[in-house]
Amino acid sequence: MSPPTPADTRAAVSRAPDAATEPVLALRGIGKRFGAVSALTDIDLDVSAGEVVAIVGDNGAGKSTLVKVLAGVHRPDGGEIVFAGRPVTIADPSAAIALGIATVFQDLALCENLDVVANLFLGHEIAPTHLDEVEMEVRAWGLLGELSARIPSVRTPVASLSGGQRQTVAIARSLLGEPKIIILDEPTAALGVAQTAEVLDLIERLRERGLGVIMVSHNMDDVRAVADRIAVLRLGRNNGVFGADVTQDQIVSAITGATDNAVTRRSARRAHAAPTDGTPAAHAGPDPAVPTDVTTTEGVDDD
Amino acid sequence: MTDVRTDTGAEPTRTLDRQDERVEHGTGAAGALAGFSRRLRSGDLGALPVIVGLAVIWTVFQILNPVFLSADNLVNLTLECCSVGVISLGIVCVLLTGQIDLSVGSVSGLAGAIVAVLFVNDGWPAALAIVTAIAVACVIGWLYGQLFNRLGMPSFVSTLAGLLAFLGLQLYILGAAGSINIPFTSGLVSFAQLWFLPPWLSYVLAAAVAVAVFASGFRLAARRRAAGLSARSIQVLLLRAGAFLVGLEAVAWYLNRSRGVGWMFVFFAALVVVLNYLLTRTQWGRSVFAVGGSAEAARRVGINVRLVYTSVFMACSGLAAVGGILAAARLASANQSSGTGDVNLNAIAAAVIGGTSLFGGRGNAWSALLGIIVIQSISSGLTLLNLDSSFRFMITGLVLALAVAVDAIARRSRASHGQA
Repeated sequence: MSPPTPADTRAAVSRAPDAATEPVLALRGIGKRFGAVSALTDIDLDVSAGEVVAIVGDNGAGKSTLVKVLAGVHRPDGGEIVFAGRPVTIADPSAAIALGIATVFQDLALCENLDVVANLFLGHEIAPTHLDEVEMEVRAWGLLGELSARIPSVRTPVASLSGGQRQTVAIARSLLGEPKIIILDEPTAALGVAQTAEVLDLIERLRERGLGVIMVSHNMDDVRAVADRIAVLRLGRNNGVFGADVTQDQIVSAITGATDNAVTRRSARRAHAAPTDGTPAAHAGPDPAVPTDVTTTEGVDDD
Repeated sequence: MTDVRTDTGAEPTRTLDRQDERVEHGTGAAGALAGFSRRLRSGDLGALPVIVGLAVIWTVFQILNPVFLSADNLVNLTLECCSVGVISLGIVCVLLTGQIDLSVGSVSGLAGAIVAVLFVNDGWPAALAIVTAIAVACVIGWLYGQLFNRLGMPSFVSTLAGLLAFLGLQLYILGAAGSINIPFTSGLVSFAQLWFLPPWLSYVLAAAVAVAVFASGFRLAARRRAAGLSARSIQVLLLRAGAFLVGLEAVAWYLNRSRGVGWMFVFFAALVVVLNYLLTRTQWGRSVFAVGGSAEAARRVGINVRLVYTSVFMACSGLAAVGGILAAARLASANQSSGTGDVNLNAIAAAVIGGTSLFGGRGNAWSALLGIIVIQSISSGLTLLNLDSSFRFMITGLVLALAVAVDAIARRSRASHGQA
C-alpha cells in the first residue's frame, strides 16, 4: 500500500494493454440481499486490462450496490469474485485496495482545506515524522503529467479547483496505490461540457495505462464515448452486454426492459417530425435487440 | 509581475511546478512581494490583521500611558503571556479538528492544585509532581476523546461538564484551606519569576534562530532546485533571515534594558515552535488538518479519525496542565480561583484572534503566541490606566468579536476568490 516510486509508475505506463485474453476481474453469479429486497441477483461481469466497461442502469438497478460489493463496503451473499485468476473475498475497503481495486466515489472524498499534494498523499505521506514535501510535490507533478492533467498549481487548496480538476485529483490519488482495476462512480455527473471532456480523456489515458476501468454512469453519451463494453443492469440482474457500436435505442431498451418506452416514443416522434436530420435509420426503427442481438457475458466467455 | 509573461519565451526551461502558462509566477524579491499582495487581496490574510491590530493597540496605550511600552512593562507582558499562551496552544489543536475544549481553565487549575499538594504538602520531588499532574490531565483528555468517539457526545457538552466537574475536583484537592503557597526558594517559582537569560545568551540565541531560518530555507531551496521545482532565491532567503535577525536582536536588546528575556517565555516560544513542527511537518499534523477539513474524507483514506480526536483532546488537556503549573509557579500559589474567571475564554480567544478558525481545518501554532500577546497587551494597558476588570472583560470581548468578524469576512472573500 506504499505509494509507487517514479520508476514504478513509468513501468505501469509502459505495461501494454494486452488483448482481452484473461479478465483481471470476473464476477460469477454475485447476489446481494437487503432483508426482503434482492438488490443483486446472479450478476456476471468481466473486466480485462486496458478495457473500459460501463455499467448502466436505471435508478435502483443495483449499480451502486455492485460498486460497493467491489469496493468492499458490502459483502455479497452469493457468487464468486475472481481477481487475477484466483477467487477472492473482499471483506472491507482496505482489502479491496490491497487487492488492487481502487474506487473513486461520486463525492470524491477530498479535503478542501488541504492542497493538491496533501490530498494526493493523505494517509500515505512520505516520511511521516518529517514530511518530504519536495519528493511528494515532484511525484504529484509526475503523476498529473502522465495523466496530462491541467492543474495550475499543486500548492493551491482543492477548494479552488474546478469539478473536473477535483475528479482528476481523486483519480490520481487512487492511482498511487497501483491498482489494476479502477472504479469510477458517476465521474461526469455535475460537470460542465469542457470538464466532462477532460474526464473522458482521462479515462482513455487510464485505459492506455493498461488499467481495467469500471465506469458507472447515467449519461449515455459519455458511456458510448469511452466504453469498450456496456453492461446493463435491470432490477438487480444482468440485462445484456453491448459493444461500443450499440445504438442509443438498444441501450435504452435494455435499461428500461421494453422496446416501447418513453424514450423510444419520443425519438420516434422526432424522427417523424424531422426525417432528414441525419439520424441513422436503425435509430428510428423498432429494434428489440435485447435477448437476440447482444453479446451476452456467456458469449464473451466462449470466445 | 507584468514582465513574467513576456519573458517566458526567452526562458528555455521552466521548473516542474511552473509549466502552466495560465498562472502568473513572480521571481526574486519583487515577485515574492507581488505574490504576497495578491494573497492579501484574495482574503488570505494570514497573520496580518493581528499584527496591524497589535500595532494599533500598542500605539493607543502608549499615547494614553507612556509606561506601557517601557522595557519593564514589556518584560512583565512576556511573562504574563506564558501560562494562558500554553493553554491556548492546546486550544489550537482542538480547534483545528473542529472541536472545542471549554474545560481548559478548570484542568489548568486542577493541575496547579495537584502539583501544590504533592510538592508542598506531601514533599514529592517537583518533577514527579509535575509529571503526575500532566498525566492526570492527559487522562481527562483521553476521557473527552472516548465520550466523543464512543458516545458521539459533542465536545461542547462533554467539556462543559468537565469545566464544572474538574473545578470541583480542584476545590476538593485543595481542601479546607483553599490555598497552598509554593515556597519562593523552589526552582518552580524561580523559573517563572526570577530566571532570565543572560544578555549575551539572548543575543546568541536570537542570532542562532536567524541562522537556523536561513539554513533550513537554503537547504529546502537547494533540494527544490535539484528536484526541478521553483525555489526561493538566495536574495529572498537572506532578506528573510536578516529580518529575523534584526527583529529578534532588537527585542532582546530592548528587554535586556530591564530584567531581560525570561526562561519561561523561551520555554513557551519553544513549545510554539515544536507544535508548529508537529502540525506542519508530520503525518499527525496533516491528519489533524484533514479531520478538520472533512472527517469523512480522512476516514476514507485510512486515517484513524478516532485516534486523531483522542490525541488532540489529550494534547489540549496536557498543555492546559502545563499552563496551569506555570500559572501556579508565577503566582507562587495554587488556590481556589486558579484557572477560573477569564482563563478559559482568554485561551480560546487568543487562538481565534491569532487566526485559527473556529470551524476547523485552518490555523497554526503561531496564532496562540500572537493572540495571547494581543490579549495580555489589552489587559496590561487597562491595568496601567487603573481601569478594573469590568473594562478588561468588555474590551477583550470586543476584540474577540472583531477577530471573528475579520475571520468571517476573510473566509467569504476566500470563497469568492475560490480558495476557501
